[in-house]
Amino acid sequence: MSLDVDAGRTRLRPVPPGPHRHRQSGRRHLLSWLDMRATPYLFVSPYFVLFALFGLFPLVFTLWVSLHEWQLAGDRDFIGMENYTQLLADTKFWNSVGNTVGIFVLATVPQLLIALLLANALNKRLRGRLVLRLSVLIPLVTSVVAVGVIFTQLYARDYGLVNWLLGTLGVEPIHWQNQKWSSWIAIATMVDWRWTGYNAIIYLAGMQTISKDIYEAASIDGATPRRQFWTITVPLLKPTIIFTVIVSTIGGFTLFAEPVIFGGGGMTGGTVGQFQTVAMFIVKEAFRDFDYGYAAAAAWILFLLILIAALINFAITRGLGRSR
Amino acid sequence: MTTLQHSRQGARRRRASTPAAGDVFKATVLTKVMLGFTAILSIFPIYWMIIIATRSNADVHSIPPPLLPGGNLGENVRAVFAAENAHFMTGIINSVIVTASVTAAVVLISTLAGFAFASLQFRGRNVLLLSVVLTMMVPLQQMGVVPLYQMMVTLGWTNTLQAVILPFLVNGFGVFLMTQYTRQAVPRELIEAARVDGASTLRIWWNVVVPAVRPGMAVLSIQTFMLIWNEFLWPLIILRADNPTVQVAIRALNEKYSTNYVLVFAGTALSIIPLLLVFVFFGRQIIGGLMDGAVKS
Repeated sequence: MSLDVDAGRTRLRPVPPGPHRHRQSGRRHLLSWLDMRATPYLFVSPYFVLFALFGLFPLVFTLWVSLHEWQLAGDRDFIGMENYTQLLADTKFWNSVGNTVGIFVLATVPQLLIALLLANALNKRLRGRLVLRLSVLIPLVTSVVAVGVIFTQLYARDYGLVNWLLGTLGVEPIHWQNQKWSSWIAIATMVDWRWTGYNAIIYLAGMQTISKDIYEAASIDGATPRRQFWTITVPLLKPTIIFTVIVSTIGGFTLFAEPVIFGGGGMTGGTVGQFQTVAMFIVKEAFRDFDYGYAAAAAWILFLLILIAALINFAITRGLGRSR
Repeated sequence: MTTLQHSRQGARRRRASTPAAGDVFKATVLTKVMLGFTAILSIFPIYWMIIIATRSNADVHSIPPPLLPGGNLGENVRAVFAAENAHFMTGIINSVIVTASVTAAVVLISTLAGFAFASLQFRGRNVLLLSVVLTMMVPLQQMGVVPLYQMMVTLGWTNTLQAVILPFLVNGFGVFLMTQYTRQAVPRELIEAARVDGASTLRIWWNVVVPAVRPGMAVLSIQTFMLIWNEFLWPLIILRADNPTVQVAIRALNEKYSTNYVLVFAGTALSIIPLLLVFVFFGRQIIGGLMDGAVKS
């Protein structure tokens, strides 16, 4: 990071000297006072105007829509909480919640554990460490849709590589889309493939802020590398782990592209919704069945679920560190 | 970048001063095997995509599966652009326009706001900054699709690119990143010195701040570019099938030619070329940016 600021400063034009200077000074004072007072607001306003229009307004309006029977044709009747009570009794909605949570747990737990071990390995003295770091990050720069396409082919029933490999071990070909467990595993591996390296690099950054002296002291006391990993590295990484858990929660609960591509492009998530996520449910209700009110209510429940899940995960992660 | 340099120096120092304590940082054979295995797993699906994209459908269905690229790439790529239901070329052009506009606008908006939050005094600064950080946690695109869609219908903007672009300009992460970066790269005294010289705030921003935060702008550009190029849900909803972005076009390819793997894979390969180019040229910056960001938050 070069501080190229001096070059910038010399380019500033000095105040022009001249006879007009005194007469103008009153106006100049006013202008500079205005500049000091108003310009900061001017500079932050583009963000906040856009946020108000395309962030806050949709959020509030979603709440408003969710209290209505709001169809495409223009029937808009206020029905209070009816969309919500109907949703809470809708087995299809709960099925999509179950799928989302299931895939989230199946993907995130192994992902973060592997990322921790991977970061620990990348933190060692190694030849070609930059190449290694880059190679574990390649999945991150692959688009989510591409990941969906590639893995769906790898999991294809008839000529997929996964079934071929399992076949050499004597396993019968699996139709991965057909069952809950198999579709969840397939989708979870897509998520893991794309994000494990990212989380490992984040953990690696955290690990490098831990002082080497602590490890040296522990070594002198005879602690094995494995013990040092669990008693020094993991507890000291807790803030970073909490960060990744929260990010994974938001990402996991809004999962959309992978299951859509895995199911061939539709919003149903398999023949009986084996892998329909909440995001797919919302899009299906709003833009396939045109029941906007119902979809809006589902969006708000999804938001509440994310908040609850983030809080639970936050508590678990904090507790884990303490018990060690 | 700096983080990497630091760590390298750290490793060197460790080796020089305390050879015995280096044990924890010594890579065992198991570690090396695990890392090699992970690297292969990370790269294989992309390699597999290239194999299929360069083969014929008959090869794809052969057993054992082919493990080396073939010579059908040109033919497959031509088929992608000729595929009538996918509108692939339109998709690429639309994606370039959307990604370029969003990236430029987000960097500009974030650099302005970041400067104000980091270096200027104004009432409500902390509350406003806190609101930016809090809204980073809200999945706006998923939650707001219904009203955003209706907003675009009312404005008559469905199936237009501005309808895709505008919602993505709300990027709290960018504002936060540039605030952090400006704080670190532009000392208070420098701003004050420029004020004494009689420079206006806008002038200070352009002549002092922008040159100093250029590396931060680069990191934000790269991340925004990757984020928007990948965006799938909102373009899928707001654009018609004959006017897609590249991700939506791939979904169409995948849906309409689902058994024609070589075609779908050639399209997919084409769609990630820009991302791979960014990775090849800015890989170090991407890692540096991720690691810097992780330590700060």
